Amino acid sequence: MPLVSLAGSAAVGAGLTALWHGGVATVTLPLGLPWLPWRVRIDTLSAFFLAVIGVVTIACGVYGTTYARGLERGRDSLPVLGGFTGLFVAGMLMVVLADDAFLFMVSWELMSLASYFLVAFHHDQAANRRAALLYLIMAQVGGLAILLGFSVLAAYGGGFAFENMRGAHLSFTWASVAFVLAFVGFGMKAGLVPLHAWLPEAHPAAPSHISALMSGVMLKVAVYGFIRFVLDLTGQAYWQWGVAVLITGSLSALMGVLYALLQHDLKRLLAYHSVENVGIIFIGLGLSLLFLSTGHVLLAALGLVAALYHTLNHALFKALLFLGAGAILHSAHERDLEHMGGLLRRMPWTGLFFLVGCLSISALPPFNGFVSEWLTFQTALQVWQLDSGVLRSLVPIAAATLALTGALAAACFVKVYGVAFLGRARSRHVRRARPVPPGMQAAQGMLAILCVLFGVFPTSVVAVLNAVPVQLLGRGLPQITAHGGLWLTPVAPATASYSAPLVVLSLAGMAGLVVWIWRRGAARRVRRCDPWDCGFARPTPRMQYTATAFAQPIRRVYGMLFQIDEGAEPQADGSARYHLQVGDRAWGLLYVPVVSAVESAARRVVRIQSGSVRIYLGWTLATLLVLLWIIS
Amino acid sequence: MDHFLTLVAWGWAGAQALCYALLAPLLVGWIRKCKARLQNRRGAPVIQPWRDLIKLMGKEVRVAHTASILFRAAPYIVFVATWLAAATVPLAASTLPTAAMADIIVLVGLLALARFFLALAGMDVGTAFGGMGASREMLVSALAEPAMLMAVFTLAMSAHSTNLASVVDSQLAAGLVLRPSLLFALAALILVAVAETGRIPVDNPSTHLELTMIHEAMILEYSGRHLALMEWAAQIKLMLYGVLIANVFFPWGISQSLEPASMAIGLGAVVLKLAGLGILLAAAETVLAKMRLFRVPAFLNLALLLGLLGLLGYVILEVGA
Repeated sequence: MPLVSLAGSAAVGAGLTALWHGGVATVTLPLGLPWLPWRVRIDTLSAFFLAVIGVVTIACGVYGTTYARGLERGRDSLPVLGGFTGLFVAGMLMVVLADDAFLFMVSWELMSLASYFLVAFHHDQAANRRAALLYLIMAQVGGLAILLGFSVLAAYGGGFAFENMRGAHLSFTWASVAFVLAFVGFGMKAGLVPLHAWLPEAHPAAPSHISALMSGVMLKVAVYGFIRFVLDLTGQAYWQWGVAVLITGSLSALMGVLYALLQHDLKRLLAYHSVENVGIIFIGLGLSLLFLSTGHVLLAALGLVAALYHTLNHALFKALLFLGAGAILHSAHERDLEHMGGLLRRMPWTGLFFLVGCLSISALPPFNGFVSEWLTFQTALQVWQLDSGVLRSLVPIAAATLALTGALAAACFVKVYGVAFLGRARSRHVRRARPVPPGMQAAQGMLAILCVLFGVFPTSVVAVLNAVPVQLLGRGLPQITAHGGLWLTPVAPATASYSAPLVVLSLAGMAGLVVWIWRRGAARRVRRCDPWDCGFARPTPRMQYTATAFAQPIRRVYGMLFQIDEGAEPQADGSARYHLQVGDRAWGLLYVPVVSAVESAARRVVRIQSGSVRIYLGWTLATLLVLLWIIS
Repeated sequence: MDHFLTLVAWGWAGAQALCYALLAPLLVGWIRKCKARLQNRRGAPVIQPWRDLIKLMGKEVRVAHTASILFRAAPYIVFVATWLAAATVPLAASTLPTAAMADIIVLVGLLALARFFLALAGMDVGTAFGGMGASREMLVSALAEPAMLMAVFTLAMSAHSTNLASVVDSQLAAGLVLRPSLLFALAALILVAVAETGRIPVDNPSTHLELTMIHEAMILEYSGRHLALMEWAAQIKLMLYGVLIANVFFPWGISQSLEPASMAIGLGAVVLKLAGLGILLAAAETVLAKMRLFRVPAFLNLALLLGLLGLLGYVILEVGA
């Protein structure tokens, strides 16, 4: 595990250096196929993703050393966990460094396979085995789509090196075929609706620091692949692509947060929030494509920066939240919100860091999630510059979805924090929770501090990120630092400005003023007493609102979007038992038909399986003859 | 932007923030007075809310055994975030640096920050009422916040700026023109303001011991100076929405320079506008009845639809014109 952290620090160092210098470095490794050596290249885009992967890897490495000790029981072996974690991180780092489709696919599959074994780590539970299998199937289908997408580009570019692909000239039809394949492949890995259903199954099944890596970073590798493929390799942009990305992104954001609201398993809830946040990233990318296709390169750069900023932020706060969930699991052995409560007093540091994560993911100022949503809104607000009335009216609807998503995310994290950390413990083992070891706290603290820093000093971050659009689109945002480091002015100072440091200063100053007046004027006695609760005597912990109860109004308002099985059965002793099952509609609409189609196809094919070796040999011979005939 | 980033301008911005804090209780007192007159009562004097606040400050604080540190920090966070949000809305002059520091989206974000902690504080003691209030507040806000953003986006797009001062300036420059997008945005913003400040027909600010309450349920456990801060924050929020509606849609009278004389005129104008809005609100609350909680989503979806219509009306009809 310390080795993993070291690898992470190396990645951060390399990434930041490359981002600062903004150059391109290429190396050809003497590995791989004879006619196709592995090419490695680092430019600003891969440097950025390298740094993101590195930061989260450091935290997860520090955290994992302690956390994994708590996992040691029975047949789970730590060397397996450590080894596959190393392979997993190596795969991710190689994906962003690859400069030809061959190395890209090899590292991509390395990443997918290593993470499959990590998902299946607790394989003694049937649900985890099922989740891992589903994950493997989806990863392979997605990988196949990406491979086909690369083949289209390679066929026109005359080689598997990215350099050749950049030179390819594709017609709109073929470019769109490649785009759709890449969108499906990378979108499947990133968890876009409606291909997301594997994600909330697979991510929570892994150990918590691996969940943090998968949700925080692996999804970002898919985002990287998409940006690399569409903005760099195809080198074209059509408004149809932008619209497709924008609509898918908005749907993912909204559905992700709505499903998250109804979960009461903490890690599952966080996994659904990844769907939401990837949706927000793709809204930014969609806007960028839309503006790029209509020739507004400056606004395309703004959309790209917004998407990249959100990528960074989501990596930080989602990793932070997963590590927090892991800390609760470690010390209270509980994943279900319905049994938690009052953890803030049991684990004050984890509680504080988790609060920072909640505030960041709910896009509240002055934390980092707010800045990227602010930038996305600013991009959307420039829509009046488009010529087409249809596109002009589409973007505001996407912005409305984003606004709704943000508000619902805040509701969801009030639920999470209020139920888990505030109030009173709802079960005995949660009441006895202890603070986690310092190593785990340090990892959470590091991510929490970064969340605050990236929220309070956005101008410096955007100025660094600006190197990516400069290299990729040929133009950056010239006005960012027009008024110095205090003011974030993405388009122009007159259009929009936000000064996070001054907002924080004002908040602090006003709070100081209030406290000062209070100290002088107000009565200072504080007396502890029983809760008032409108005069109800001694409320018990069971009388608190639960996570399900908290989300009930929202479940009722958006009921038609879910598959809800709810009811109360009378029991033998005269009491009634309430049950509630919320299903994902994507299962019924997409996955079940595909599975049944595959099964019926398999049933047809099974007829040739007779068990006789001679007949099999006959089939083989016939196939060989047909193939030879086709080739000759 | 530079020309008003001077120390003097920051000083005036501070004075404006103090104005908000001082005037907000009076606005609430005025609305209560109007309501009482409409109901044939004499009513308490307009400064009664101030008297209540001062009295609360002098009382001792009682905190439940089960409350955590967040319970005691929340009133300060809620108050300061709401106050800063209010300070970014131009009150008497549109040339203050606060509007550049935090634009409309930040304003909505700061209000969301205050609400986040308000709801958490409601859940902290672990009583049934607190959780209920928090759950309902988050439902209302989840529906109201997008509607509010749609309304302000309409304004921002027509002014080509999310800076509230620029929005006011462009409204002044446009003069009295009847534009469909602005009408829709105004309607949406009024509905949102009613829902967000907890007025009838969404919530009843003067109710206690009722299963229908939202805001009061969250602050049920507060007392003393903590309660004073929570109440004061709610009053500032009401004034914020009033000033937003008054100064953005009817900006006439607001000062565009830092001359004390014109700022005094601006302050007088905004006080008159707020008094008018207060009478309207009191009249509306007298004739309307509170609705069931599950009618509220329909009410707020109407607001969202109006906001979206305003925005679409702008991008389809008015961009080229």
